[in-house]
Amino acid sequence: MAIGEKDPITGRNTTGHEWNGIRELDTKVPRIVIYSLVALTLFSVVYWILMPAWPLGTTYTRGLLGIDQRDSVERAVERAAMEREVWAEKLRTLELTEVRDDPQLMAIVRESGRTLFGDNCAACHGMEATGSPGYPDLTSGSWLWGGDPDTLLETLRVGINSTHPETRFAQMPAFRRDRILNTGEVSAIVSFIRSKAQGIEIVSELDEQGVEKGQELFAQNCASCHGDDARGTPELGAPDLLDGHWVHGGDRVTLFTSIADGRQAHMPHWDGRLGELERRILALYVVDLASRDQEVAGHE
Amino acid sequence: MPEVHKKLERSAIGFVLAIIGVASIGGIVEIAPLFTIDDTVEQVEDMRVYTPLELAGRNIYIREGCYACHSQMIRTLRDEVERYGPYSLAVESQYDHPMLWGSKRTGPDLARVGGKYSDEWHVQHLIDPRSVVPESNMPAYPWLARNELRIDDKPGHLRAMRAVGVPYTDEMIANASRDAFGQAFPDSPMADGVAERYGTDTNIRAFDGHRPSLTEMDALVAYLQVLGRLTDAAYRTNGRDGEEE
Repeated sequence: MAIGEKDPITGRNTTGHEWNGIRELDTKVPRIVIYSLVALTLFSVVYWILMPAWPLGTTYTRGLLGIDQRDSVERAVERAAMEREVWAEKLRTLELTEVRDDPQLMAIVRESGRTLFGDNCAACHGMEATGSPGYPDLTSGSWLWGGDPDTLLETLRVGINSTHPETRFAQMPAFRRDRILNTGEVSAIVSFIRSKAQGIEIVSELDEQGVEKGQELFAQNCASCHGDDARGTPELGAPDLLDGHWVHGGDRVTLFTSIADGRQAHMPHWDGRLGELERRILALYVVDLASRDQEVAGHE
Repeated sequence: MPEVHKKLERSAIGFVLAIIGVASIGGIVEIAPLFTIDDTVEQVEDMRVYTPLELAGRNIYIREGCYACHSQMIRTLRDEVERYGPYSLAVESQYDHPMLWGSKRTGPDLARVGGKYSDEWHVQHLIDPRSVVPESNMPAYPWLARNELRIDDKPGHLRAMRAVGVPYTDEMIANASRDAFGQAFPDSPMADGVAERYGTDTNIRAFDGHRPSLTEMDALVAYLQVLGRLTDAAYRTNGRDGEEE
C-alpha cells in the first residue's frame, strides 16, 4: 500500500491508510465548502469595516456604520415613546378625573396598567390587587391615605415609610412593648373594636370582656389618630377600624399583636424607578380596578 | 498548503499545538483587548464598594445558587429597559468577584431590585415565596432567618476582595466585623462607623425585622436592597429620564 495508489473502482487516490483491508479514499473537499469559506471570509472583511471590530490598544475600530448597541436601545425606547405619544400626551396633561371620563383613554390605561402593575406592584398586592396580610387590598375601597386618583398618584410617588425625602410617614405605636398599656388593657381595646367592626362574628367569650373599658381606653389612646368614631384619618394614614377591611387581620390574635407590638409597614417610592406617565397610568388603573370591583359587589 | 497540512496532521504534538493556537484566537481577539481598551469599564465617581454585610449577603446569594435562576444583567434591549430600568453598565459589576450576571431567568432579573420592594417583603418572600406571590415557583429559604451570621471572618473576606482589586481601606478591613453588625442594628454603637466608611446613602436598618441576632437573612436582604444602587451612573447615562419630562 503506497501513497497515491489509485482505487480501482472510483479511480481516486487513496491516503495510504489501511485498516483490516479497508483503504481510505483521499477525496477532495467539496467545492461548495471552499466557496462558503471564501464567501464567509469576504463577509467578515466587510463586517470589520462596517462594524466595531478590531482592538487597537486603548481603543478599537468603530466601523463605518457607527452602530452602538446603547444608542440603538435608546433610539428604540424613544421610538416606542413617540408611538405612545398619541395618547400619552393626553394622559400627562389632562386632570386624572377627566381621563376617567374618557372611555378610550381608560381602555389604554387598563391595558398598559395591567402590565405595569404586574411588573411592579403585584409582588406585594397580588396580580388581582387583592393583597394579603400586611399588603392592603386595593380593590376593597378602604384606603389608608385616600383613594382619589391624585392622592394615589402622590402615594405612588413618595411611598409610605420609604426612603424618599418626602415620604408619607405613619407608625402604629407598640402600646404594650413600650409599656403604655398592659395586656388586659390591650385586650379590652381589642374587644371594643371587635364589638363595633363590621363582619366580625363574636364567638369567643373573650370578646365580651372589657368592651366598656376598651371604649374608654380607645378614646384616650387611639382616637387621636383613628378618630373618635374609629373611622380612621386618611391624612395620617390611620385606617378605618370598623369597615371590616383589615390590613393585617381582624381576628383577636392579630389585632392584639397590632396594638401590643405596633405596626409600621413600608411601601417603596416609585419616583425615579417609574416615570410620571407610568405612575399616572398606575394610579388610574388602581382607581378603576377598585371602582369596578365595587360595582360588581353592588350588583350582587 | 495541502502538503503543509498533510505534514502537520501527521505530527501529534505539532497538531495539538496548532489546535491550541487556533482555538485561543477567539479569546485573544475578544477577551484580551478588553483589559486595555479604556471604554470597557465606565469611569464613575460615586461607585462604592460592598459593605461587609452586603458582601456576606452576596456570598449567601452564591451559596444558595440564586444566580442559577436570577440574572443580574439588563441587556440593551427595549423590552428589558422598559421592564427593569436602565441597562446594566460594566462599572456596576466592577467590584463583583466573581460577577453574577447569570445567563438564565427562571425568575426575574435582579440587577435593579434594590429598593423595589420593602425589607419585610423580602424576608417573607424568602421564608415562604408563595405566601406573597401565589404563582411563584421559587424554593423557600427559611433557614436564612434562623442561621446566625458569622462575622468574625469578615476582615478576611474584605482582604480577599482587596487582593483582586477592590479598594477596601485598612480601616474598612479592621472594622469589618463591627460594621457587619452595625449595619443591621441602627441603634447600636457599632452603626456609627458604617455611614462614615461607606457613605451616607448606605442602608442602615434592621433588615430582618426585630430578630434579636444578626442573621443570614439580614445579610441577604441588605445585599438585595443595594443591587443596582452602588452608583447612579446608569440613571445618568440612559433609561427613563427621557420619558420623565
